[in-house]
Amino acid sequence: MSKMITITIDGRKITAPEGERLLWVALQNGIYIPNLCAIKENSRPSASCRLCFVEVEGFAAPVTSCTLPVREGMVVKTRSPRVDRLVQTAFELLLSHHRLECSSCPGNGSCELQRIAKERRLKLRVKRYKPLEYGTEIDDSPKTFVFDRSKCVLCGRCVWICHNIAKVGALGFSRRGLRRAVTTFGDIPLADSPCTECGLCVEACPVSALY
Amino acid sequence: MKLLESEKEIISNELQDIVDEFQSKPENLIPILQKVQAKLGYLPLPAMEKIAQALNIPAVDVFGPATFYNQFRLNPPGEHQIKVCMGTACYMAGGNIAMESFERRLNIKEGETSPDRKYSLERVACVGCCAMAPVVVVDDKVERSVTPTRVDGIILSFETNGGKKEMETGQGKEGRKELEQSDREEPQKEGEHNS
Repeated sequence: MSKMITITIDGRKITAPEGERLLWVALQNGIYIPNLCAIKENSRPSASCRLCFVEVEGFAAPVTSCTLPVREGMVVKTRSPRVDRLVQTAFELLLSHHRLECSSCPGNGSCELQRIAKERRLKLRVKRYKPLEYGTEIDDSPKTFVFDRSKCVLCGRCVWICHNIAKVGALGFSRRGLRRAVTTFGDIPLADSPCTECGLCVEACPVSALY
Repeated sequence: MKLLESEKEIISNELQDIVDEFQSKPENLIPILQKVQAKLGYLPLPAMEKIAQALNIPAVDVFGPATFYNQFRLNPPGEHQIKVCMGTACYMAGGNIAMESFERRLNIKEGETSPDRKYSLERVACVGCCAMAPVVVVDDKVERSVTPTRVDGIILSFETNGGKKEMETGQGKEGRKELEQSDREEPQKEGEHNS
């Protein structure tokens, strides 16, 4: 068992095991920090969603809390104009590649994007950016779930779970830039891939691209 | 892309040799992919599956890097390689129109090869002669100011000439000189952008 230390988040004193990453310490203590790509078991966070920014005293710029191990005496602020601006932009960029149709979406109500929008008072609308063209093809080949790529925000949770928890390795990232996508080997339907339909990726998906 | 029987044979024979040269470690993936591509000219899916088996990783983890890096191609090079420039100048001058024309005419998408292996279509980033935009490089020959009509002309010349490169290009002497220079620069430039 590692040493317990005390840190301050938004003026609250919190004890946590040393080396635990800040995001999880905050979430465990009921302090919400937006996040999409973070997985607690993953020792090497991808920090790709750019939503979990916080201000930490001693750091010149906001830092991603999912990558930051806590240290004794750390003073953290989860909100600041700089943080809000970064998160707002990152959030809108994510939305620009997400087919917004909340009212008819199976994830309505349990969607992480909706939660972030609510917590941070952000609009579920893309105002500043041109929405990207997303593929409309839906992979409904598996018996137990459906993969709708137009809603995928590329957080990579399903990919990590598929590799490290399910130990199957059916899903993976392919291509790059605007064409980056979560696919199977050779872009074949999931039913023809090594997928065992364990359903772990469906649980992991924060935005109901897998449902 | 359908594989020929002879290719399948080559894949199964050559691949084992290449894979055996390397230790079965995931970090050897890129060198193996490079070597396989140098041998076969592209990375067929069955080859990627074999590499994955040899390295003991899921096949999709080979597919990811192979599609991520521009230096890897998934389709065999065609008899005639058509490279449409999508650099800034060419793009602004209508490079995408040239690309779409080729896609329609050849009935393949960017990065693909026609089923008869006659043509392969690629996008490249700047071949180094922006003054001639939009530029298309057909079998190492630079075509200037390519319009959809010119696209038809290029393809027609292949269809009627049996693939002979000698055709009227509409370029003056000066254009030719410029061309030769840009040709020499090309491999280096491409390498820069593709890596």
